[in-house]
Amino acid sequence: MDILITSITNSIELFIKYHRYYLRGTGITLLVSFFGVFLGVFFGLLLALMNLSKNKILKGISRSYINFIRGTPLLVQVFIVYLGLPLVGFGFMPDLWLVIIAVSFNSSAYVAEIVRGGIQSIEKGQTEAARSLGMTQRMAMRYIIIPQALKNILPALGNEFIILIKESAIISVVGIHDLMYQTDTIRGISYRPFSPLVFAAIIYFIITFSLSRLLNVFERRLRAGDQSI
Amino acid sequence: MIKVSNLNKSFDKLHVLKGIDEEISQGEVVVVIGPSGSGKSTFLRCLNLLEHPTGGEIVFEGISITDEKNDINNQRAKMGMVFQQFNLFPHMTVLGNITISPMKVKGLTKVEAEKIAFKLLKIVGLYDKADSYPSQLSGGQKQRIAIARALAMEPEVMLFDEPTSSLDPEMVGEVLDVMKKLASEGMTMVVVTHEMGFAKEVGDRVLFMDDGVIVEQGTPKELFENPKHPRTQDFLSKIL
Repeated sequence: MDILITSITNSIELFIKYHRYYLRGTGITLLVSFFGVFLGVFFGLLLALMNLSKNKILKGISRSYINFIRGTPLLVQVFIVYLGLPLVGFGFMPDLWLVIIAVSFNSSAYVAEIVRGGIQSIEKGQTEAARSLGMTQRMAMRYIIIPQALKNILPALGNEFIILIKESAIISVVGIHDLMYQTDTIRGISYRPFSPLVFAAIIYFIITFSLSRLLNVFERRLRAGDQSI
Repeated sequence: MIKVSNLNKSFDKLHVLKGIDEEISQGEVVVVIGPSGSGKSTFLRCLNLLEHPTGGEIVFEGISITDEKNDINNQRAKMGMVFQQFNLFPHMTVLGNITISPMKVKGLTKVEAEKIAFKLLKIVGLYDKADSYPSQLSGGQKQRIAIARALAMEPEVMLFDEPTSSLDPEMVGEVLDVMKKLASEGMTMVVVTHEMGFAKEVGDRVLFMDDGVIVEQGTPKELFENPKHPRTQDFLSKIL
């Protein structure tokens, strides 16, 4: 019993001593996740629209891209982007940008599939009504289909955000100073291999759990708008 | 106003419309009746190209809308359509439903579009529902809003695709009343329906379709009281 109490006190002391590392790491993790999600949704929407278009070439590009991303590990993708982009003239980019690009490329493929499902779940009659009123296909998408689809896919999208925050730990392998990287640093300099990891896990959990709560509230507010069924 | 010649439509191997010739004049109320699967809805949906004909030509106000170079959106803005399933936009209020197209397609301001919308809401008797969402309305109310939404584009012709078929019986009357009012004001209308009472009372001309062709047509009096074709006689004897 005494051993347990001592080890907990020691751990807390360790956390207090190195809390700046955790703070900085958490900042980078949040930054990468935020931009990863933001760009991921943007590209994902684009990919989904390409995928649903009648143009066979656009459709083909989008399908192959989605299949490639979903069929290869994020770890490999991060290395390919991180080491590959500088080879083709993007050497000027800071490391942080490179990993944000890698993460958002990955996320966009999953978001694209979610969005495609959302768009296809809207009844055909909605498009027909919009088109019968003289709207172009683009207007029908923008004002009628996508707003309804986004509302339907919000839970799935939220889930994707949460996955992305956790998966972003992989960027530590290319030396980005995110939460996981900082945790490893603390383990090294403190000669304590275990307890820093526990704090990292707690921080990841707090982020993802609060995000999922936040999304719940947001979702409920959206539903209140239409008071349906 | 609308001239249809040798209209054909196939879905894969299924030949739904087998050469339809028809002319609809300004101010006319044309009612299309016939057994289900006879192609009457497909015929109506071809008129604003929601279905693309596989053969033949449709001319609207002198412009061939089946011509590949034609931008159908210009004509659709002048052709209102009312659907069996209403197809209101559930994420918008009633007012939003009615004003979105005049604003986005015709470029009206919000104030202009809402002025039209409130005038129409008065006509369909739902002035107080402007801020409701479609999910808060009954079937009959939804359909009346759908009619108002189509009218907000100030169309030259209104197409009705079985507008009362998915309504509870007690709500059919309120929708038909709005349609009668429209007809009496001289709106050109093409109505696919099973409401024979409406056809008799309001129709200038009734078309009987069966198996992808117009089998017989005439004034309601001619067609209902003295059908000439055996298939028309057979159909009418089953439903009247």
